[in-house]
Amino acid sequence: MDGLKKILADMEVDTRLLGMIGALLVIWIGFDLFTDGRFITPRNLFNLSVQTASVAVMACGMVLIIVTRHIDLSVGSVLGVVAMVMGVVQSDLLPEILGYEHPATWIVSLLIGIGVGAAIGCLQGVTVGFLGVPAFIVTLGGYLVWRGAAWWVTQGRTVAPLDSTFQLMGGGIDGTIGATWSWVFAAIAILAILGGTAYGRARRKSFDFPVKPLWAEIVTAGILSALVIAYVATMNAYPIPARAALRIAEEQGLPVPEGGLDIAHGVPIPILIVAAVAIAMTILATRTRFGRYVFAMGGNPEAASLAGINVKRMTAAIFVVMGILCAISAAIASARLQSAANDLGTLDELRVIAAAVIGGCSLAGGVGTIYGALLGALVMQSLQSGMALIGIDTSLQSIIIGIVLVLAVWIDHLYRRRHGAH
Amino acid sequence: MNAPTPLVEMRNMSISFGGVKAVDDVSIDLYPGEVVGLLGHNGAGKSTLIKMLSGAYPPDSGEIFINGEKAAIADPHDAKEYNIETIYQTLALADNLDAAANLFLGREIRTPLGFLDDSAMEAATREVMHRLNPNFKKFHAPVKALSGGQRQSVAIARAIHFNAKILIMDEPTAALGVQETAQVAELVQQLKSEGIGIFLISHDLHDVFDLSDRLTVLKNGKLVGTVATQDVTHDDVLGMIILGKMPGDSADAA
Ligand SMILES: Nc1ncnc2c1ncn2[C@@H]1O[C@H](COP(=O)(O)OP(=O)(O)O)[C@@H](O)[C@H]1O
Ligand SMILES: [Mg+2]
Repeated sequence: MDGLKKILADMEVDTRLLGMIGALLVIWIGFDLFTDGRFITPRNLFNLSVQTASVAVMACGMVLIIVTRHIDLSVGSVLGVVAMVMGVVQSDLLPEILGYEHPATWIVSLLIGIGVGAAIGCLQGVTVGFLGVPAFIVTLGGYLVWRGAAWWVTQGRTVAPLDSTFQLMGGGIDGTIGATWSWVFAAIAILAILGGTAYGRARRKSFDFPVKPLWAEIVTAGILSALVIAYVATMNAYPIPARAALRIAEEQGLPVPEGGLDIAHGVPIPILIVAAVAIAMTILATRTRFGRYVFAMGGNPEAASLAGINVKRMTAAIFVVMGILCAISAAIASARLQSAANDLGTLDELRVIAAAVIGGCSLAGGVGTIYGALLGALVMQSLQSGMALIGIDTSLQSIIIGIVLVLAVWIDHLYRRRHGAH
Repeated sequence: MNAPTPLVEMRNMSISFGGVKAVDDVSIDLYPGEVVGLLGHNGAGKSTLIKMLSGAYPPDSGEIFINGEKAAIADPHDAKEYNIETIYQTLALADNLDAAANLFLGREIRTPLGFLDDSAMEAATREVMHRLNPNFKKFHAPVKALSGGQRQSVAIARAIHFNAKILIMDEPTAALGVQETAQVAELVQQLKSEGIGIFLISHDLHDVFDLSDRLTVLKNGKLVGTVATQDVTHDDVLGMIILGKMPGDSADAA
């Protein structure tokens, strides 16, 4: 036991992270046993990752909000209204200006959506930061306002169909990058892991700082690389349906072999979006002044302002980031359903907050990580998908999810108390 | 009129919080290489007075002169531009961040690409901490995991790393043991000899009497008076703190 502790200490692994990974494995294996091996299959894991994407993107922003001792109850409603706006822009407005299915439609719609999300975030952030209204109240108001606004965009009409390029962000049959590009993605990711490890080590050595033992660096980088390979291999093991494969072969002029086609899905585009958001948000949180100030404000708001940090402006900016991420999630969620309905994102605020909290954000502020929130989102979605697969009633599902949330936070509380943190 | 220009002059400073006059028409000054002890009971207004100098509170009225020129200090950032560094009574540390992050908070070193240069900040922190507290090793722990003395040395390191010309130390030894208190006294002597002006604040006369060149006493937000330490006894100063009377006043009354 002591030997294991020493190994973990040498690797500088966060034991809390190990706990979460352990919990995730238990959930996955448990559901797999219960469903006679239908849970840990390429098909289910593909769907699981696509379903997690929208909540995962917003959870990255919720980390900053919770770290600064705020909360955002409006994210589901903001997602709803932004999805409606993007839907109307691409289905009603742009076809009249650019023409139907114009190649620029998806990006123009997305940028307008991001602008709307940022503006909503700015409005709420200024109200919290400069006017001093508690975030709980501002975003509770926002929860009602933006859900109502989503209805007003089309008087309740669902917008469909969406632009076909825009729909790729949802990760349907066409919304994946195929086997070859998936391996390219894996190669780039592994190079980044190895390069980052080597650079960090060289830099600490150049300052004569203590470094981790070499074996610990190799094991850590090796595990991360193995996870990337395992994920890509799994996504590549999920073939697209025969009829869709035929259509794609025809479009691309591929010969159809005798035994039928075997075209793999590969990594879904929404997962690439999650990866990009997660990397950008991790850099923002840990490598920039902005992120440093977020954590300082959460740890001691008075110290932050005595250090000359403009706490009001920072607060507004954090809500702007949250608004932008809501818009990206709105794109993923509406693209996945191939339509924008005014109830899109209902209850997402609770999933997002739960993901961040299960992922280690302390509501007392100052503590939280992006990777934790992503794992938290995956845990939540795994529970939900697993229960749906078993065929548990939705009412019972919410009871279980609610209990799990409270239990997780309680265990975390015990853990932190034992480790002398608050 | 050949008197040297004061490093700091605060004239007729006043501030109130919700009707309570925390500081009421107080004037003090400080010369280079001088230590001025700021004394008074808890709640006398010492911290509030110096927070107007460090930019934490905008004064209701009053003027601040630095090197004889009127200074506009609207926020902590402005104060730092005038090389005013403050060790706050509460230490003002972000408990969840490590020593280097706290030391450079608000003044981070960045790489050419604009990212935080944590290695450079850690190197500088190791250097200054080595001077103050050679045994300190916990460079990667959040400061909440440090002892009272270690936290104090992080707060002091922050003030001296940035080449303060004016140093404010608000109850710097409150959390310290005998040995660490002696270390702070030594540091004050050293900084003074480098020509830095120091406001040394305490509610306990004994902490500051031997270190200060002059003593300024506040009571209930008002200035009792300023005396040269060599001209007064402990009892004289206690009389100023407790009764609010200048030495000699009570003799006149008798
Ligand atoms: N931010 C504040 N808000 C309200 N009252 C304050 C604030 N800061 C200080 N005070 C009040 O001002 C008075 C002086 O406090 P302080 O300057 O902390 O005294 P000292 O440092 O001499 O012990 C006290 O009555 C205190 O309650
Ligand atoms: Mg005080």
